[in-house]
Amino acid sequence: MGDVFKALADSTRRTILDELAEKDGQSLFEICTRLVMRHNSTLTRQAISQHLAVLEDADLVRSERQGRTKIHHLNTEPLRSIAERWPS
Amino acid sequence: MIRINVTSVWVDDQSKALAFYTEKLGFVVKNDIPLGTHRWLTVVGAGEPDGVELLLEPDEHPASKAAKKAFVEDGVPFTSFAVDDVTVAHKDLVAKGVRFTQPPTNMGPVTTAVLDDTCGNLIQLASMN
Repeated sequence: MGDVFKALADSTRRTILDELAEKDGQSLFEICTRLVMRHNSTLTRQAISQHLAVLEDADLVRSERQGRTKIHHLNTEPLRSIAERWPS
Repeated sequence: MIRINVTSVWVDDQSKALAFYTEKLGFVVKNDIPLGTHRWLTVVGAGEPDGVELLLEPDEHPASKAAKKAFVEDGVPFTSFAVDDVTVAHKDLVAKGVRFTQPPTNMGPVTTAVLDDTCGNLIQLASMN
């Protein structure tokens, strides 16, 4: 599993988590659109996809198939464990 | 002067597409002309008989199938249609059994939603705020 702190160190990744916190369950397209429209992001789809992969690796984001579309969900479990001990 | 007369969406089955685009989305048939194994099948917006035609085009080429699959996986709409109010349209279409991959979402100047056309595409609906 990836490093939770490393995953959170990047502001774009934190923004992605914020957007998923506001509305859980989004496709890559919706996340990209939100970053462009609401945060003036200039990142490419590939770059955002890579950020999502880092978040998934740290288990902060989980994805599932809805029909043939991949939908991303926020998972705050790794953050809760900070209260007890440093996440591994 | 060049103008847009027809634009197309790749569908996996023309009859199924015709049913979805007319019965669910409310488009009206403009041209339905036999053309070999397929049809030159176009629809227009209700109340816009002279508007831009949407060609329900068979996705026979392997590349179009591959592209569609990749777009759908990432939730990317193939094209976008205008409605007066996305929130109202979403409610009506959900009642008709249409599946959305993105519910109405405020994107600043525009509100958008994304639906599954059942023919292998996602379609965006948009209305200006």
